[in-house]
Amino acid sequence: MLATRYEAPRSLAQAIASIAADPSARVFAGGTDLLVQFRTGLKPPTAFVDLKQIPELVGITIDASGLRLGAATAAADVVEHADVRRLWPGLAEAVHLIGSTQIQGRASVGGNLCNASPAADTTCALIVNQARCIIAGPGGERSVPVEQFCTAPGRTVLQRGELLVALQVPRPAPRTADAYLRLIPRTEMDIAVAGAGVSITLDAAGVCTAARVAIGAVAPTALVVAEAAQALIGSTLDAPALDRAARAASAAARPIDDKRGTVEYRRAVAGVLTKRAAAIAADRARTR
Amino acid sequence: MSKLHVTSIINGEPVEFLCEPHESLLDALRNAVGLTGTKEGCATGDCGACSVILGGRLVPSCLVLAAEAEGQTVTTIEGIADGERLHPLQQKFLEHAALQCGVCTPGFIVAAKALLDANPNPTEGETRYWLAGNLCRCTGYDKIIRAVLDAAAEKHPKVSA
Repeated sequence: MLATRYEAPRSLAQAIASIAADPSARVFAGGTDLLVQFRTGLKPPTAFVDLKQIPELVGITIDASGLRLGAATAAADVVEHADVRRLWPGLAEAVHLIGSTQIQGRASVGGNLCNASPAADTTCALIVNQARCIIAGPGGERSVPVEQFCTAPGRTVLQRGELLVALQVPRPAPRTADAYLRLIPRTEMDIAVAGAGVSITLDAAGVCTAARVAIGAVAPTALVVAEAAQALIGSTLDAPALDRAARAASAAARPIDDKRGTVEYRRAVAGVLTKRAAAIAADRARTR
Repeated sequence: MSKLHVTSIINGEPVEFLCEPHESLLDALRNAVGLTGTKEGCATGDCGACSVILGGRLVPSCLVLAAEAEGQTVTTIEGIADGERLHPLQQKFLEHAALQCGVCTPGFIVAAKALLDANPNPTEGETRYWLAGNLCRCTGYDKIIRAVLDAAAEKHPKVSA
């Protein structure tokens, strides 16, 4: 058996050097996905590279341009951050849905994204808020829109030696707000049957001038549904517009049957959640 | 491979221990440190039995590498009482008979302490959501929730109208 090392680099350069030199090393933040995989039978990596000692990876800063969220920041830190909750309530809601209180003490938004589950709660909320992923590797730094980060279940655009450093979320425009909803078969502690994130921008008269809609757990990756957004733009978020958005989301969904729901149910739920999240986001936008 | 040497503050005392690089904090606490109050339930972060407070955060110690505790403070169930004097949560768990087999109890009490540290006067709903990651297969949850709310009420009596 290969002996596993534990490394806690203090700098981004050290972390990149470690994982570039050893493709069997795995970076980790909270370990709530990674350590479970090894506890349940997967071969351990040659090294656990703990990212939480690296300054760029941990912390929340908000300035005039928006939010910078270190990829390894604990979910609990995000949930408790008053300005994140105020400016991106939908994102805060999505983060607050990850696992239990204990899991939120460990799990990170960056890890949730890198784990690339189609049902990850934060992905849709990040997409509708136009987040960008800051990636660092041996070749330097690059950034990709979050909707391009996950390429398939468990797969991302990260190349050998690269890691996700931070998420950048632009400050919401005036009268803009987000919301995220998911359905699970119980009230707490489960994986989404379907999820929907919506961001709405209104003009002074209450007409929707911009919208973004993303749905989760209904395709191999979270889907951006431009048709649903188009159905909302130009409306006052009245019932017919919400229904058109719901139908567009249901039509875009490409779900699978599994123990959490059938194809038909997931399609229907994706629409309902889109409609409800749009209404919530619009209510919030009206107060801004 | 040689073991890692870790220095932590556990329940207020500096503690040094040796661990394997892949070893969980839960295993190190129970085996190397000899604090067996923290229990293993699922070992996959689902049950809350192994809850400890690490650096001020409630965490599942089964999903923490022991090596991560270097330089950190850790509070386990053994650090909840004040010497021989039980913490109000422990007293209320006894009074409400909020346990049967006891395997989940340390995790519940540590998690409830983290709740009351963050929110000294939680509502029933807040308490149930906070403790949703702690599973009990014996008592049902009502006695546990009542014990936690009673402990909070004793410290922070509600002002009557």
